[in-house]
Amino acid sequence: MTADAIDIAQGAAASAGTPRPMLAIEDLSKGFTLHAAGRRVRGCEGISLSIEAGEFVGVTGRSGSGKSTILKCIYRTNLPEAGRIVYDSAAFGPVDLATLDERRVIYLRNYEIGYISQFLDVVPRTTARDIVRASAAEAFEDPDVIESETVRMLEHFDFPQELWDLYPNTFSGGEKLRLNIARAMVRRPRLLLLDEPTASLDNASKIKVRDLIEQLKAGGTTMLGIFHDLEFMEGVCDREYNMQAGGFVAG
Amino acid sequence: MAMATTQAAPAPVEHAFTDDMPVLDVRGLSKRYGPGCPYCADPDAELERNICPVCGTVHAVRGVSLEVHPGEILGIVGESGSGKSTLMQCLYFDQDPTEGDMRVAAYDGGRENCFTVSRQQQRYIRDRIFGMVYQNPYLGLRMNFSSLSNIAEKQIAAGVRDVHRMVGRGEELLERVKIPLRRKQDPPRAFSGGMQQRVQIAKALSNEPPVLFLDEVTTGLDLSVQARVLDLILQLRRDLGVSMVVVSHDLGVIRLLADRTIVMLDGRVIEHGLTDQIMQDPQHAYTQELVYSLL
Repeated sequence: MTADAIDIAQGAAASAGTPRPMLAIEDLSKGFTLHAAGRRVRGCEGISLSIEAGEFVGVTGRSGSGKSTILKCIYRTNLPEAGRIVYDSAAFGPVDLATLDERRVIYLRNYEIGYISQFLDVVPRTTARDIVRASAAEAFEDPDVIESETVRMLEHFDFPQELWDLYPNTFSGGEKLRLNIARAMVRRPRLLLLDEPTASLDNASKIKVRDLIEQLKAGGTTMLGIFHDLEFMEGVCDREYNMQAGGFVAG
Repeated sequence: MAMATTQAAPAPVEHAFTDDMPVLDVRGLSKRYGPGCPYCADPDAELERNICPVCGTVHAVRGVSLEVHPGEILGIVGESGSGKSTLMQCLYFDQDPTEGDMRVAAYDGGRENCFTVSRQQQRYIRDRIFGMVYQNPYLGLRMNFSSLSNIAEKQIAAGVRDVHRMVGRGEELLERVKIPLRRKQDPPRAFSGGMQQRVQIAKALSNEPPVLFLDEVTTGLDLSVQARVLDLILQLRRDLGVSMVVVSHDLGVIRLLADRTIVMLDGRVIEHGLTDQIMQDPQHAYTQELVYSLL
């Protein structure tokens, strides 16, 4: 047991012998202090939610409602201010992502938790193939496997072959997203965080994304996704939370 | 169609988390220029930026601690005069720190404070365990010697005597940093800035150092050349597992390279964290100013 592992033996879930949720957020709060402007900006407040292994949970709400903050706190791109984010890690057992040391967070990002958005953050002049290959190199060692997995993922997520050896700056939103999914999925994360994957896509692309998500779900990936368009994800999510002004509303 | 192929996939290689000691562990490093006085001896004393108001001593680096772990890239950002270059020079023994403790895992298992071992031992660490890439290629290369000799120089310093091995390794490194082999006999002065930087990287890597220091390596290069050098650095980390300390005032460079970042101001570390967290959720007023002015 690591120093950061949390003793949840007294917790109801553990004592009842039922499996622990993969992720349990308890009373999470996060705001932002802007020093130059001398003010605080609200993020999210008093958020609690849990996700079982294999579930797809959706969080909806308008822009500015704070849903992105939740996702970023889980991935630790944002530093939570209060509350716990208990993640049942394969490597470490239950850990609190809100306070876990940075090196373990990096480990989890490499091997357990994936994050997908529409935005690509890569070294300029790197081809689509190289982007996925670099990610594959984190999970595999054999160069042949790295190569074959790269190709397999690009094909699997329908990334157009004529774009494989091009730089992504000319790609459309849908293409960037598919590249991002291929890059994240080549490492086979247990938990996938989806940050508005359908934002600013046209309807046909959105339907493709929904198909991809259903595919991932059928493959057993646990997912937490945030979406601003409620209707679109209906029927795909196992459960939905709706956010308003930093907190959940009934629904 | 998709699911059948997913099942046929090879399982990812198990990557156990290792809690090994850091390759580099620095505690309480300070560098002063001046005599110091009782007032500024207090680590919490208020200075005028980094200058003691009583005795005028410049505190270039004040009590900096950092760790670098195997295969990790640590970024150090800060404006000119924040002390980041002085810090780097102290780590590479180009300057003597006033105070501090540095443990290097590859040197005697980290049992000794490398700041207090003999000059000769420090040279040994420099030649065999560390590699350095300077902002100014003139500091790291002999401009009139061939590129191959430049690489050989570091190998000779590290104790290699076999000429064939040296040439072989030199060519391998030039290929790795994508310098055409037909130019291996050309002196770096005949190269462009980006190529000079790549020769410097090849030279720094010639002794297979577990730790590489990179000081503003892309500063002054045009954007397309910059991208190639950044890509090379990431490739080297992936292929060779080299740990790196990257100093830059350019947040864009740090954002792409570093796993963790420390932010320096007036000789102190004012903030440290995961690089994306520093960029998207900076806590300190100065870091916010720095990040929000990023183009």
